[in-house]
Amino acid sequence: MQLTNRKKEVSFKEQSFAERIYLPAILKGMVITASHLFKKSPTINYPDVKRPIAPVYRGQHVLKRDDAGAERCTSCGMCAVACPAEAITMTSGERKKGEEHLYREEKYAATYEINMLRCIFCGLCEEACPKEAIFLTDRLVDVEFERNDFVYGKDKLVEKMNERIDVTKRQTSAVLEFKKTLGLKHNELFEAQKLNQGKHH
Amino acid sequence: MKVTIDGIEIDVPKGTTILQAARMIGPDVAPPTMCYHSKLKTSGGYCRTCIVKVTQGSAANPTPMPKPVASCRTEVMEGMVVENTINADVLEARKGVVEFLLMNHPLDCPVCDQAGECDLQNLGYSHGAATTRYEFPRREFERIDIGKYVQLHMTRCIMCFRCVKVAEQLTDNRVHGVMHRGDAAEISTYIENVIENEMSGNVIDVCPVGALTDKTFRFKSRVWFTKPVDANCDCKKCAGKVRLWMKGDEVLRVTARKDQWGEAVDFICNECRFEKKKTSDWKIEGPSHIARTSVISQNHYEHLNELKLQVMKQQKALGFMDINKRP
Repeated sequence: MQLTNRKKEVSFKEQSFAERIYLPAILKGMVITASHLFKKSPTINYPDVKRPIAPVYRGQHVLKRDDAGAERCTSCGMCAVACPAEAITMTSGERKKGEEHLYREEKYAATYEINMLRCIFCGLCEEACPKEAIFLTDRLVDVEFERNDFVYGKDKLVEKMNERIDVTKRQTSAVLEFKKTLGLKHNELFEAQKLNQGKHH
Repeated sequence: MKVTIDGIEIDVPKGTTILQAARMIGPDVAPPTMCYHSKLKTSGGYCRTCIVKVTQGSAANPTPMPKPVASCRTEVMEGMVVENTINADVLEARKGVVEFLLMNHPLDCPVCDQAGECDLQNLGYSHGAATTRYEFPRREFERIDIGKYVQLHMTRCIMCFRCVKVAEQLTDNRVHGVMHRGDAAEISTYIENVIENEMSGNVIDVCPVGALTDKTFRFKSRVWFTKPVDANCDCKKCAGKVRLWMKGDEVLRVTARKDQWGEAVDFICNECRFEKKKTSDWKIEGPSHIARTSVISQNHYEHLNELKLQVMKQQKALGFMDINKRP
């Protein structure tokens, strides 16, 4: 039964004299090689030169803080359940009195780890997050020498207060519009924190 | 008595409610419930989730009932015709009920330990609207410790009365109940009295939302990261048939087994629930049955041994080395 038309008969035809001395073929190859000397090199000299990347490039993750500086992540596990590579693990802690400025809600991620070797940078965690806590950024994951160093904990993932990471480019217009809707608990907190800025203790 | 529900006729004994008859037919026609619990007497009739339309009262008097009725409290009549999922009005009315239930319910599912096995969450997803129209502040309470093991989040309560029925029917003297009326009603203990009865932990299992939760499991893990297995032990106080929620070899939580309607099969005692947190305390029977629609079923293999045998058979046929003998 013939399945495709790509069948090819193998031939063991005897080579001609020109083919047997190989010289024409070698010369042909040399000409191709030499012609590349006069072409523009496609190599990009990273890290001196960087390729332009899309504003929604999916690189290293960040765990965002809110405007007042409290961690947004509540350790709900939606990112971990959405993760097709099972790269995310976490344990939760309970916020104590007096820690309101550190954590946004009564539950927070005590540890939060992403295995960057497992991660396929698909962005599903970002999509699953109900608290706008995790975002992928346009940063590249660092080179490491040990496998264990690729397991990023909260020290590497949570954004630093003095180095805030702007993710507004990544938020779709639908999300930005949603955030303007008043009367939603999510935005209530957002608005209240805006008002309370400075008053926080 | 012959009764027709969504076009399916069934013969049921006298005194059966519409809900029970619908459940006999199957989950496709059974209305959802929040406050009804098959093991608790006089439960039901509070939440109105199970409303159905009776288009023919009985064979003798075929006039339809004027309003949707609570199926958990309405007994069937000979020749009654009931419409549940095939009636658009019922679905619309149920959507309204969901909106009422969610009016004062906080949307803190990311924090709540009940998320993933919450009846209200399921109900909201299947019958509710995506957005809320409610603009007023929701009522808020401080969370209360009821004894060593149970935590009460009154903010999440939907006033289903199931826990009160448990206390009434399973324990000798009830020390908690519903105080005040209407909008101000709340579950409370007498001056925050401790519930110390042996069976008091069952209030956690019957709570359809995250209002009553297990303090020994608080924030330990999301339920869908734990593996449910059925286990038993010789217990003098209860049947000892439980469901363990495990992570590796660790028992994170012990609950009663739930049937297909999400209702506890056997009530268990506090010792089984809160004290026995070692694998050696239990005789493990095997993985629990979890519905495919539940988030808990992800990574949950109920027939792992059969699967393994099948793989081994295939690999043997292909000339692979035995899995169990590999270094």
